[in-house]
Amino acid sequence: MSFDLRQPLAALGCGALFAFGLSLSGMLDPARIQGFLDLFGAWDPSLAFVLGGAVSVAMVGMVLVRRMARPVLAQTFHIPQSRVIDRPLVLGSAIFGIGWGLGGLCPGPALAALSLGLMPVAVFVLAMVAGMVIHDRLLSGRV
Amino acid sequence: MTGYLASLSGGLLIGLSAISYLILTGRIAGISGILGRLAGGHSVLVNGAFVVGLIVGPLIYALVFGALPQVTLVASTPLLIVAGLLVGIGSRMGSGCTSGHGVLGLARLSPRSMVAVATFLASGIATVTLLRIIG
Repeated sequence: MSFDLRQPLAALGCGALFAFGLSLSGMLDPARIQGFLDLFGAWDPSLAFVLGGAVSVAMVGMVLVRRMARPVLAQTFHIPQSRVIDRPLVLGSAIFGIGWGLGGLCPGPALAALSLGLMPVAVFVLAMVAGMVIHDRLLSGRV
Repeated sequence: MTGYLASLSGGLLIGLSAISYLILTGRIAGISGILGRLAGGHSVLVNGAFVVGLIVGPLIYALVFGALPQVTLVASTPLLIVAGLLVGIGSRMGSGCTSGHGVLGLARLSPRSMVAVATFLASGIATVTLLRIIG
């Protein structure tokens, strides 16, 4: 299995399609994200159309996934089953939202925007990876 | 293609990518999860390939439409560092971001994801509103 290149190729293709979609949707642009979050100002509803489109397709796809015994290129599905609303979920999401609002960037668009070669985007990505490592090494399980 | 039609079409492609990844590899296409696992040295080949794909995607877009997508950074670099740290810590602590919770979580009708999306939308809106008042 470790020499099977089909999974990395699937990941490469899905990543490219994801970022192509982000580019087309306009959601690579932090100004448009902040425009969506500026509900009490000059509100830009674009992100609602993006999310609506993405969730609709994924919902239809989930019908297919639930009928499949296993994924095409792997042995089992790894779908989170927990239904517990705990403190890390709420606190983490709240912290994420503050950072999302401050910069207008979340992980997908930030990585995709690296392709434009802008230094501030690279700085954001480095800080984001540092934040992930800080959480996983120091904070995980302590909140 | 411009405006809401472009946003809707882009969204449909994002949904197609996320569900294809699940059908093919059995895993949720959550970008914070993929990047976090890559940073932690887990399944480097698969997670790394997804990240490379994310960087290639806008270049394919530029080939098709003749121009790179627009990126307007409003925040200063020091603010972007703070924002990046918060996004990194928060997305890992909350087990997901706009892709894992926002796209697939809502599509699966996961109660955890609904709470996560409502929470980060609320704190995001509060943050931008506060920035507008201060700045």
